Amino acid sequence: MIRLSGIGRTFDVGTSKVHALVDIDEQVQSGEHIAIMGPSGSGKSTLLNILGCLDRPSVGIYELEGRAVVDLSMGDLTEIRRHRIGFVFQFFHLVPRLTAAENVELPMVFAGVPRTERRQRVAEAIAAVELSNRADHRPEQLSGGERQRIALARATIMKPSILLADEPTGNLDSQSGNVVLDLLDRMNDGGLTLLVVTHDLRVARRADRIVVLVDGKITKRVHGDQISEVLAILAES
Amino acid sequence: MRGRDILRFAAGSLRGHALRTGLSLLGVMIGVSAVVILTALGEGAKRYVTDQFAGLGTNLLIVLPGKTETSGSLGIGGVPNDLTLDDALAIERQIRSVRRVAPLTVGTEELSTGDRRRQMPVFGTTRSYLEIRNLEMARGEFLPDEEMFRGGMELVLGSKAAHELFGVSDPIGAIIRVGGWRFRVIGVLAEGGLSVGVNFDDIAIVPVRTGMRMLNRSSLFRVVAQVYAYSDLGIAKQAVLDLITERHDEEDITVLTQDAVVSTFSQILDTLTLVVGAIGAISLSVAGIGIMNVMLVSVSERTREIGLLKAIGASEPQILAVFLTEATFISTAGGVLGLIVGWSTVALLVRLYPALPASAPLWAVVAAFGLSVAVGTIFGFLPARRATQLDPVTALSRR
Ligand SMILES: Nc1ncnc2c1ncn2[C@@H]1O[C@H](COP(=O)(O)OP(=O)(O)OP(=O)(O)O)[C@@H](O)[C@H]1O
Ligand SMILES: [Mg+2]
Repeated sequence: MIRLSGIGRTFDVGTSKVHALVDIDEQVQSGEHIAIMGPSGSGKSTLLNILGCLDRPSVGIYELEGRAVVDLSMGDLTEIRRHRIGFVFQFFHLVPRLTAAENVELPMVFAGVPRTERRQRVAEAIAAVELSNRADHRPEQLSGGERQRIALARATIMKPSILLADEPTGNLDSQSGNVVLDLLDRMNDGGLTLLVVTHDLRVARRADRIVVLVDGKITKRVHGDQISEVLAILAES
Repeated sequence: MRGRDILRFAAGSLRGHALRTGLSLLGVMIGVSAVVILTALGEGAKRYVTDQFAGLGTNLLIVLPGKTETSGSLGIGGVPNDLTLDDALAIERQIRSVRRVAPLTVGTEELSTGDRRRQMPVFGTTRSYLEIRNLEMARGEFLPDEEMFRGGMELVLGSKAAHELFGVSDPIGAIIRVGGWRFRVIGVLAEGGLSVGVNFDDIAIVPVRTGMRMLNRSSLFRVVAQVYAYSDLGIAKQAVLDLITERHDEEDITVLTQDAVVSTFSQILDTLTLVVGAIGAISLSVAGIGIMNVMLVSVSERTREIGLLKAIGASEPQILAVFLTEATFISTAGGVLGLIVGWSTVALLVRLYPALPASAPLWAVVAAFGLSVAVGTIFGFLPARRATQLDPVTALSRR
């Protein structure tokens, strides 16, 4: 469902150029669970932003569900972000003045889902992350783990086919991190394609495949149980 | 996304920074209420003045020496002929639609009695003036009903003038000096206040002939002619012009009707209203800059939120709509409050000063409100567009 061929992303910083991604070829099947690892600055977030249509590659072809993203209009990209892709961030990015329920509701508001249906779906999504009793709390009244679960409910409320998570447990203690990861696994079991950027081996271990980026290039593709090979690469760089 | 959802979302974020919203709203409110109050005062002044004229009856012709043309210059020869008592008499006698005529000469003299002395306007006229100006007597009599040329030495005082010269004692029959001349006080006007810009409380009135001699005038200041019916006004005006032109061998007078005076004043005051309204409108655009400032701050504070909105599938038009709605919401709410404050202030003013019939003209109210709404939309546009143009990746990477 995702096919990347020769993807590169170059940033102009003053007169010099930063090659954040270089010649990335990769395919992701529907329902796969992939971990993206690599040292800081290796291009993981950049890759995720391109996959999420928040950023465009400088070169190469990105095909999503059979369509080349370069050919898509602004409206098409908005539709994709709205319906096909969910995002989870390290720092949650909940809107502070809105309650947990309102944050979860937000994508449906912009997608024009009718109010009554929205209420129903919010209740279900919040129940799914086991925070029904916190629906009316504001983000500041929630713990980090709870915030990330609300963010997860928001990311999946439009029933996307792909979930992109950039260090979803990076700001959590291991216990609340595990709760979030269990939820992600359960969603993946339900058919959601999962791409998770992480530094954490325990997170990566849950994935079907691990892609390792170094200096913007994919240096290794291994299975989730071959974690020691990844360790070796990360130790080198 | 529906209109109601946009409104709710925008209202929610405005509530998030209520103080800032409130202050910029206050700016709009002041601007709109300024327009309403200032134009109401202008309109009130206009109505006050025109009412004053209307109160005198509209069936008057005012004849002035000299010709004011559109070119503004006098005819060849420059100096117009005198407007004389004979002219006044001719108007009264020969023009059938004219009911009565009051010649008028005006100057300032010092009045003295005993050790009191006071400078005041002195009018020379005839008894007709009493009827034409609807004057009332507090005591005694107005000038006697005699022909214009007699030149008696009677004098009528305004109420304030009488009080200041005679205190509580009765002035009737008293002798009073005006310049070097001795007059006998025969009457005191009732307190009448201001009319056509003349303060009848602070005035002395003498027979016109005497007045002209004493003030050393060869020409009358003006002749006020009252016609029988308002509908005669046009014909009478032309008749007066023709008559005096014939008598002077040239057209060297100006005949004003009450209408012309009223409409000139109301034009002047309309302009005044427009000018003060425009000043109010300027304060509105200042308020617009306030809104722009608040919205710019809001956009930069909510950078991450905007990035997130893009990531979850908000389109650029939607984001533009959200921020424009916020700005327009501030200005519209400010406009509504401004109308309320403006109207209440005007209502209060009218209660405190019933003489001033202040009321904001509809055009000003509509313009002020429309402008306030437009100000929010126009000044909100730049910040809103800045929001839509934010790069989501950089916006989201901000901590
Ligand atoms: N907008 C930008 N302008 C210039 N350079 C950028 C920009 N975004 C990313 N880069 C550079 O691209 C490279 C890859 O950045 P990226 O954020 O993808 O790394 P990362 O693997 O996510 O790192 P981390 O683990 O620290 O999050 C870095 O060298 C970074 O400095
Ligand atoms: Mg990163």
